[in-house]
Amino acid sequence: MNFIDVLSLGQTTLELGLICSLTVLALFLSYTMLNVCDLSTDGCFTLGASVGAIVAISGHPYLAIVAAMAAGVCSGFITALLQTKMGVDSLLAGIIVNTGLYSVNIAVMNGSSLLNMNKTVTIFTKMKALLSGTFLSGQYVLIVSLLAVALVVAFLTFFLRTKLGLAIRATGNNPDMVKSSSIDPVFTTIVGLCVANSFTALSGCLLSQSQKSTDINIGTGMVTIALASLLIGNAFMGRGSILKRAIGVVLGAIVFRVVYAIALRLQMPAFMLKLVSSVIVILAISGPYLKKQYPIIKRVMQGRMASKASDKAAKEDK
Amino acid sequence: MLTVENLSKTFHPGTVDEKKALNQISFHLKKGDFVTIIGSNGAGKSTLFNAICGDFMTDEGRILLDGQDITFKPSHVRSRDIGRLFQDPMRGSAPGMSIEENLALAAGNGGWFSGIKKSDREKFREQLALLDMGLENRMKQPVGLLSGGQRQALTLMMATLTVPKLLILDEHTAALDPATADKVLRITKEVVAKHNITTLMVTHNMQNALELGNRTFMMDSGHIVLDIQGEERSKLGVADLLERFRLGAGKNLDNDRILLS
Repeated sequence: MNFIDVLSLGQTTLELGLICSLTVLALFLSYTMLNVCDLSTDGCFTLGASVGAIVAISGHPYLAIVAAMAAGVCSGFITALLQTKMGVDSLLAGIIVNTGLYSVNIAVMNGSSLLNMNKTVTIFTKMKALLSGTFLSGQYVLIVSLLAVALVVAFLTFFLRTKLGLAIRATGNNPDMVKSSSIDPVFTTIVGLCVANSFTALSGCLLSQSQKSTDINIGTGMVTIALASLLIGNAFMGRGSILKRAIGVVLGAIVFRVVYAIALRLQMPAFMLKLVSSVIVILAISGPYLKKQYPIIKRVMQGRMASKASDKAAKEDK
Repeated sequence: MLTVENLSKTFHPGTVDEKKALNQISFHLKKGDFVTIIGSNGAGKSTLFNAICGDFMTDEGRILLDGQDITFKPSHVRSRDIGRLFQDPMRGSAPGMSIEENLALAAGNGGWFSGIKKSDREKFREQLALLDMGLENRMKQPVGLLSGGQRQALTLMMATLTVPKLLILDEHTAALDPATADKVLRITKEVVAKHNITTLMVTHNMQNALELGNRTFMMDSGHIVLDIQGEERSKLGVADLLERFRLGAGKNLDNDRILLS
């Protein structure tokens, strides 16, 4: 493997990491801030991809982005409505919406499960045309995704410090406090999930357009991959200002992709991606828990050993 | 300022667990009234507070705050005019957010998209300095790092940052150590007096019940059995109060947490 190969592999990894980091930022808002585990993420990611693809194919590359994000807002709104106003458990609400979205997504793609966008004008081809002839001409995907990530990070840092953002954070941080305050948790949950899902949809839209094809399975497992990235990011920069944490989350997404790319180079088959992301999530969540349990486990083991030894001694006495 | 008319609430009606928590309660508070409430276990003190704050829908009666009927308003709407503190100091503030952010949330000025301005920060700093706990120099720190007493003082500050029409204190010093409890109580007295806030406070400390405020309710089985104020109240000692309760409720005050001195 020569230097050029490494460089191009690095670039693809970086692009993929950046585009997927938008979903991680969405979970940063819904999971870390609002404390809602939004399991509709997979379906919403595909929804963004399919809506974006259909609108782009019909000849509106910019509108495609807006439409995808708007579709994400609708999906988030329904997930939020189910769990705040209709008595559906929050995890179940996500799963239900996710299942429903499968049909919606195929319907959006006119009944097919695969859309080809080889000839479609998208935001990426527009950027490619804009950059042609300059030294950045090969970096158009990177630039678009970098731009999108920068905008979303800037928005989140601003938004989470406004009064509405503070209310959303308080809703996730201390529900008891919010219950007896003038904040309406129904409202903050709805707004939070709408905003988060618009980012998820944007992420799906950009991924499909950069790959020039949309597949109904493009979002499968995305929620676990994004959670793994989020937890990696938290391990780096889990404290400090919102900006620092948001950047940490983006880095987490990139690190995840880099690790995955290296694993692929070391002959790991591509289908292992999802197992790897599951294992990372398990380690990141249960690691700290088991560490906390360790003294108790140790104490119990020592106790058992001691009692066994004394039993043995008693028997020998007889 | 606050009028409660024939307020009733029965929990689990029609079952063996049926409990008439509030039974035709009526009273009227003038602006600036500071009422201390004492009563036996399960007398309905907290239930009365929950009813006023809108945690559940009452069965009968009306609640008027400053002339407005709030009986059917949702709790988050009522909270704009009612400040509330609980016994648990962890309940009133968000541990993962900084002191400054908690205060900004409580201040409630500006639109949804307004941030924390420099003038806000100065105002917060001034207010925090009044607590005399050094919190004014820790405004960027998460609230989770504060002690229970500091958090309760902060919660009090948050509840009164925009002066509420009604302040509700549900044994807000009961979980604190005696010295901190005294301090929080002193701050409470100062804040209430400064803004002339109409206040309801549940306490288990009989001495506090008589010393603080200008009026005392004693509650038992969903009734207010004793309502004393003015000269009658100022002459009363703890022993007299217990005797009056026995006469009013027809039994001894039965509260396992009561502090007589």
